[in-house]
Order: sequence, then structure tokens, then C-alpha cells
Amino acid sequence: MIRSHRAGWLALGLAALAVLFVPLPSATRPPAARTFRVEASNFAYFPGSLRVDPGDTVTIELVSTDVVHGLYLDGYDLSVTADPGQTARLTFSADQSGSFRFRCNVTCGALHPFMIGRLQVGANTTLWRAAGLAALVALASSLLFRPGSQTEAA
Amino acid sequence: MRSELTRSPILKRLLKSRWPQLLLFILILAGFLFAILAGLVGTPVGNSNFAIVFVWIAWWAILILVAVPFFGRGWCAICPIPLPGEWLQRGAVLDPPKRKPRWLDLRWPNRLRNIWLQNLAFTIVALFSSVILTSPRLTAVVLAAMLFLAVGMSMVFQRRTFCRYLCPVGGFIGLYAQAAPLELRVKDKRVCASCADKPCYHGTAISPTPGSQAGYGCPWDVFPGGLSRNTSCGLCMECLRTCPYDNIAVNLRPFGADLARPSGKLDEAFKAFIMLGSALVYAGVLLGPWGPLKSAAYSVGSPAWFGYAAAFLALLFGILPGLFWLAVRLGMRFSGQAVPSRPAFAAFATALVPLGLAFWVAFSLSFVLTNASYILIALSDPFGWGWNLFGTAASSWQPLLTALLSPLQAAALLLGLLWAGDVARRIGRQLKTSAVPVSVFSFLATLAMLGLLL
Repeated sequence: MIRSHRAGWLALGLAALAVLFVPLPSATRPPAARTFRVEASNFAYFPGSLRVDPGDTVTIELVSTDVVHGLYLDGYDLSVTADPGQTARLTFSADQSGSFRFRCNVTCGALHPFMIGRLQVGANTTLWRAAGLAALVALASSLLFRPGSQTEAA
Repeated sequence: MRSELTRSPILKRLLKSRWPQLLLFILILAGFLFAILAGLVGTPVGNSNFAIVFVWIAWWAILILVAVPFFGRGWCAICPIPLPGEWLQRGAVLDPPKRKPRWLDLRWPNRLRNIWLQNLAFTIVALFSSVILTSPRLTAVVLAAMLFLAVGMSMVFQRRTFCRYLCPVGGFIGLYAQAAPLELRVKDKRVCASCADKPCYHGTAISPTPGSQAGYGCPWDVFPGGLSRNTSCGLCMECLRTCPYDNIAVNLRPFGADLARPSGKLDEAFKAFIMLGSALVYAGVLLGPWGPLKSAAYSVGSPAWFGYAAAFLALLFGILPGLFWLAVRLGMRFSGQAVPSRPAFAAFATALVPLGLAFWVAFSLSFVLTNASYILIALSDPFGWGWNLFGTAASSWQPLLTALLSPLQAAALLLGLLWAGDVARRIGRQLKTSAVPVSVFSFLATLAMLGLLL
């Protein structure tokens, strides 16, 4: 029983390493130019979520419809500011994969710190890997730590 | 596995002396009153006002990321809110006076000796949080209301009734303090049992023995001899001062030592659901990309806000507890146990303490790291009036550690899930009930939080 318990832990450890380091399948579409018109108003971006592929050349046309708003992109450390009624453009190469928040960087009112959108470049690998690890953690809690099991007593 | 910190003579002297605590109290009380002033007279722009930046960014970061996980109720030991009321109640700032002032000195009703009112207080604040978090004036009003309520209750009721039974923050600090690696306990319960005067509980105007001091009875209405969990000990150190037998110790202990002995109290179980659900909602509303949801949470009194409030309350008091109850029932069925489901439900909810704490740490990391750079700006220009006291008012806003944020959040959530599974397993063993469905519940809640944050 102790041996099977150890084998269980070993299997979980290997699975955890696989979840952490095995490359995830990704789309192999050729890089393209992608343009998004993003309206900023009332502490929100519309659309709030953007999705591109790694390598794409992304242009965000920021249009503010009320007060001055900005857009700062986490991870890429890029920003742009749009005056009301004016279109401001931000063009960059999506050379980092993952999920990145973009947020207003010009104080625009009460909910300014929470004016947030999301850019996803390719697969959200951090989320998938974390979800996989969470499944393994739950599995370990459920299977390897059964109440009163001999393995645990041992 | 405990290590007594009060064996260190220097630390013991520091903790027994009232002066270091008083100096901290005065410093923090001054900051607290300044935050109220800034909120009332300063700029209405939240991220440029000391009240918002220092309360909801700086204080919140210290509370959730450091104070609660490592020091439990450590914040309560230096919280300024009950101070003015306590000074009036005692008629003294330091040592007990010869004549105690005459206030009503009523006992808090037995029916209310639980944390249901704290649950209600937190829920009310949480429902309006989008406005409170962003409006300096409302933040000031809430802080002032807590201060006046604490003073008023000190005039009417004994001890720190506000902290123990009403403070919306104290409720969750008490719950999560069970996870902390710090505790105040007696060294030998037999000594307490044979102590006739119990100055730790009743207080004493004269020093009982050469090694002890005059002091006040436990402000938290706790008899240290019966203390087995951190939930209601405010770490004020009065008992350390007054114990005639040097029988009080501050210990370092393993994380989560209290969680092995679940209280089985329904009010605490619901506190765990309220905290878990609030973290999920805040992550979605405040950090998510959904504009209409933000608007609904902010437009208090509008039909959209009522919809938001109804969904919020349904999640906290219906959906989460309902699913958890089903998980507990399922576990009982798997194990063929006929344990009454209510105590099992309350006991298993202890597993949500580490899970909820991890949710709040993960949420706060994002909120705090993104907005921490406002601290330097508000320090130089606390009212938003164009001052530049320390030359940092013109600092630009810059989110911190954005590359590390997601891995840190994921690590916190996974650690919380692992810890929750371990606690559930121990409780399951005590109840001879399968903890698997509870672990599945924790897993699904963690997946939801991961999806919202990453």
C-alpha cells in the first residue's frame, strides 16, 4: 500500500512537471495585421476583450466618447491617450503570448482605477497550466489523502 | 511544534510596556483622522486623495498581504478605531485609574454574541464597495461612522463590543487569523484554573505580583485560560501584563494550527462564504473587462444596481452555501455516515478559510500592485490641491511587477487550494466523512477565480 502511495505521488509529480513545461498546442496561422476600434467611455472599453495571434501586428484605434481616456498595456508597457472625439492609434507587434490587461492611464473619474480591458495573445498558457495544476492538487487531496486510508496512517 | 516568542526578555518587555503600543496607536490614529479630513475636504478624485490611496491601497495591502496571513489579529492590536471610546470607557490612556468612570457598562446581549452582525455589516459595505472604494467623501463618512459607533458603544456596553461584534473588518480578520502562525495562549491551563482573582479577565488596579502590572480585564471579553483559537483574541497584551503567574505566552506555531479544530459555528461558516463570494465578485466587477457590470455595481439605487445586489446576495447566501451543502451531503452519502448535516456543513466550511484567504491575496495583489504608485503621489499631495511636500507629487502612475502578477496570483490560489484540501481531509477524518466533494467544490471555486484573474 505504501508503495502504491509513493507511486501515486510520483505520478502526480511527473504530471505536474508535464503541466508546467510541456508546450501547449498553438495555432500556426501566419502573422496578420489586426485592427481594433476600441471605444472608451464611462470607465469601460468596448469591446473589453481583444484576441490576436502571436506575431500579429496589432493596431488599436482608441476612441473616447466622453472625457480623455488612456490605454496602458500591461506586459508590453505601451500606452496611448485619446481626447474626446479624436482617434488615437497604438500599433505594436504581439510578440509576447498570454493574457494582458489594458487599463486607463489618464485619471478619468471615480472608477478610473478599474477601467480595464483584456488582450489575449494566442493561448492563455498561464491560465491553462494553473488550471491543470489545480486539477492535480484537487486530485491529490481527493485520492491520495483519503480519510482513514492505510497509506495516510503509514 | 510551538516556539514561545515571549521567552525573549526584550520582546516581552516591549509587549508588556504600554508605551510602544501607545505610540503606534497615536501615529495610526493621527493617520486615520487625517484620512477622514482628506476625504471630506480633499479632491473628489479618488486616486489623488490620501483617504482612498492610504486606506484602500496602502492599508489594505498591509492588512491582506502581511498582517492577517502572518500576524492574525495583529492589526486589531493597533487599530485606532476603538481607541477614543476605550480611553473614555477606562477614564485613562495608560494605566488603570484609581476611580473608574461611570458609564452604562451593559453586557452585550447573549443572543448577539456571535458574528452575524459582523456578517451583515461586511455585506452592506461590500454591496456599496464600488462607490466606497472610489469616493473619498464616502470613505471618510464610513471611517467616521465606525469611529463614532465604536465610541458610542464603549459608553453603553462593556469592553470592546464594537470590535468583537460589529466591526465589518474585525469579523474576517478573526476568521482568517486562524490561519496565522502567531498566537497568544496560556502556558499551563491548570494555573489559570487555580487562579482565584483572574486579573486577566477582570482587570486589576494594583499590580498583583512583583512581575505583573496593574491592567484592564480582557477588552475582547475572553478568558485566556479558555483560549483555543485566534478568532476572538485581539492581541492587545493586557493579559500578558496582568497575569500574576507569568502564564501567558505569545507563540510562533505552524500556519493554520487552529483549523484542525473547526468551531462548527454557522455564523463563522457564513463569514467564510461571504468572504469567498465577495472575492469572486470583486475580481469580476473591479478587475474584469465588463463595463456594464462595473456600471451596475456603481450606479447605486438604479435598476441595474438592484439586479447586481440581488445576484451578489444570491451568490453569497444561496448559491455558494447551497452548492457546498450539497457537497457535504454527497460526502456523507459516499461514506455512509449519518452525521447531522448542519454541524458537518459548518465544520467543513473551515476549509474555506485558507481558500478564501488565498482568493483575497490573489485579488489584492492585482489591485495593489497596479495602484501602488499612487501612494507616492498622495503622500506629497494628500488633498489633491497641487502640493508637493516631498517632491513626489509629479511621479507618474506605473503598475508594478506586471510580469510577475499572474504567476504570483496563480501560486497563491494553488497554495490556497492545496491547504483547503488538507483542512477538508482532516475534518473529513474527524467526521469519518469523505472530503472529496468539498475538495471538488474548492477546485471549481479556484477555477472560477483563476479564470477571472488570469
